[in-house]
Amino acid sequence: MTPAKAEMNPAPEHQPADLSVSAAKDAMIRLTGVEQRYKTKDHDVLALTDVNLNIGKGEFLVLLGPSGCGKTTLLRIIAGLLQSTSGTVEIDNKPLWNKKARNDDAMDELGVVFQEANMFPWMTIEDNIALPLKLRGVPKAERRARAAELCKMVGIEGFEKRWPRQLSGGMRQRAAIARALSTKPQILLMDEPFGALDAMTRDAMNLELQRIWMESGCTIVLVTHSIREAVFLADRILLLSPRPGRMDTITDIEIERPRDTYVQSTQGFQDYELSLRQRLDSFA
Amino acid sequence: MGKYAAWVATPLVLALLVLIWQFYVVVFEVSPFILPPPLAVWHATVELLSEPKTYSHIAITVYETVAGFLIAVIIGIVFGGLLGKIRWLERTLNPLIVGLQVMPKVALIPLFIVWFGFGPTSKVVLAAVISFFPIMTNTILGMKSVETGHRDVMLALNASRWQTFKEVELQNALPFILTGMEVGIVLATIGAIVGEYLGGSQGLGYMAVATLNAFDVTSMFGVIFLLTILGLVLYFFVVMLRRFVTPWHEAVTSTRD
Repeated sequence: MTPAKAEMNPAPEHQPADLSVSAAKDAMIRLTGVEQRYKTKDHDVLALTDVNLNIGKGEFLVLLGPSGCGKTTLLRIIAGLLQSTSGTVEIDNKPLWNKKARNDDAMDELGVVFQEANMFPWMTIEDNIALPLKLRGVPKAERRARAAELCKMVGIEGFEKRWPRQLSGGMRQRAAIARALSTKPQILLMDEPFGALDAMTRDAMNLELQRIWMESGCTIVLVTHSIREAVFLADRILLLSPRPGRMDTITDIEIERPRDTYVQSTQGFQDYELSLRQRLDSFA
Repeated sequence: MGKYAAWVATPLVLALLVLIWQFYVVVFEVSPFILPPPLAVWHATVELLSEPKTYSHIAITVYETVAGFLIAVIIGIVFGGLLGKIRWLERTLNPLIVGLQVMPKVALIPLFIVWFGFGPTSKVVLAAVISFFPIMTNTILGMKSVETGHRDVMLALNASRWQTFKEVELQNALPFILTGMEVGIVLATIGAIVGEYLGGSQGLGYMAVATLNAFDVTSMFGVIFLLTILGLVLYFFVVMLRRFVTPWHEAVTSTRD
C-alpha cells in the first residue's frame, strides 16, 4: 500500500542462483538437477539444464525469460505434464514421479492454469469449476456449494449456469483459476495466464491474483515474459537465460503487499524493471 | 431477411417448380405415363392415403429404417469409441474398415436375402450396414479432435483414462456423432427402400415397384412423394435431437438467434 516503502529500497542486487536461497523456509517444491532434452532426427537438443531450486511454502515465484528459455517447459515439468529427462521434482517432500508413473499424492497438491482458459464448452461454468471435485467423487450438492464459493472469490458470481462461450476472455480465465483452486491445492502453477488478455484486463487480473494468493495462502509459480507483471506479482523472480535454458539470476522483490497499480510508477519498482531489462538485453 | 427466407422464399420456390412442371406437361402434351401432372400426383397421393394397406407399408419401411439406424448408432458409437481410444486397434483394423467402406453395400442385398429372408430383417440389416460407417468414422474423428489444451487440463487433474473418455472425449465427439447420424438416417432410409425394391413384398419401396409394374405411373409418383416426406420427417427428427444433446454447441444457438 505504501509506495514510499518501495522507494526506500536500495537498488536491487542480483544474487547468484543457487540452492541456498530459500533454505530457511520449508521447501514446497524442490527441483534437483532438472534437465530436459528433446530428440530430433539427427541430434539431441538441450532445452533446459542444471535447474536446482527450492520454492518456499506460500511463496510467489515468477519464472521470467525470453522465448526459448524453457520457462514453459520448466513449469510443465513441475506440473507433472512432462517428465524431465534427468533430475528430480519433489512436491511437499513427495517425489512427483515413481519411475514412469505420476505420484497421485504429489499431483493432488497441484492446480494448473494455462494461457488459454481451456473451459470445456459442454459444461456450464460451475460444472467446469467443480470438475476436479467430480473426478474425486465429491457429491453434487457439495460441488455446487464449492463452485458458488469459488465464483464469488474470483469475481464471477451470477455466471454459474452460463456456457463458457457466453463469458469474456477475462471471465473465462477467472473461471480457470477457480477450477485450479477447487481442490484447495497447496500449489498453483500458471503458464502465462493473462498473456491472451488485453492490457487493461491484465492489470485488473494481476490485482485479483495478488488478492486470491493472499487469501488462499497457496504457493504460486507463474510464467511470464512481461517484466512489469513479474515485478508486480513476485516475491522472487527467477530469470532464465536461453539456449539452453538455465537459471541466470534470482531477484528478491522487496515491495510491500498488498501492491496497488500505482506502485508501478515508483522509483523502486522501476529500478527492478530496469535492472531486469538490462540483464535480459544482455542475452541477445 | 434471413429469418423469413425459410418460411417465405422456400415455399415460393417450391410453388414455382410445381408451376413449371404443370406448364411443361400441358404445353408439350407429355404422356401421363412419362410424367403425370402435379395435380394428378396429388390426387393419387390422397387416394393412397385413404387405403389402410398404405399405412402398413409405411409402418414396415419406418420400422426397417429406424431399427437399422438405431443398430448402426449403437454399434457405430461403441466401435468408434473403442477405435478412437485404442490406437493400436485402430491401426490394425483401419485397412479393413476402409475396404468395407469402399465396398458397395447395395451389392450385398442378394446375400442378405439369402441369409435373412425376404422379410423386413434383411432390410434392417442393410439399413444398419449402410448407415453404420458415417456414424463410426465421425465418432473416431470427434474423439481424436480433442484440443491439446483440454487434454492438458485432464492430464494436470491426473484423470483416469475412463474419466477422460467420459468427461471429455465422448462429449467432444457428440457434435461429430450427430453429423454422422444426420448422414446415417438418410442412408438408412435409402438402404431400406433399395432393399424393398430388390426383394420382398412389403414397404414403400415395394409399392413403388408394384405401381410401376401396373403401369400406374401417377401412383408411383405418389409413393415417391410419400417416401420424400418420410425421409424428411426422419431427418428433421435427428436434426432436432442435436438441440437436446448439445445445447451448448454454436450450431444450436446460432439458429436460435
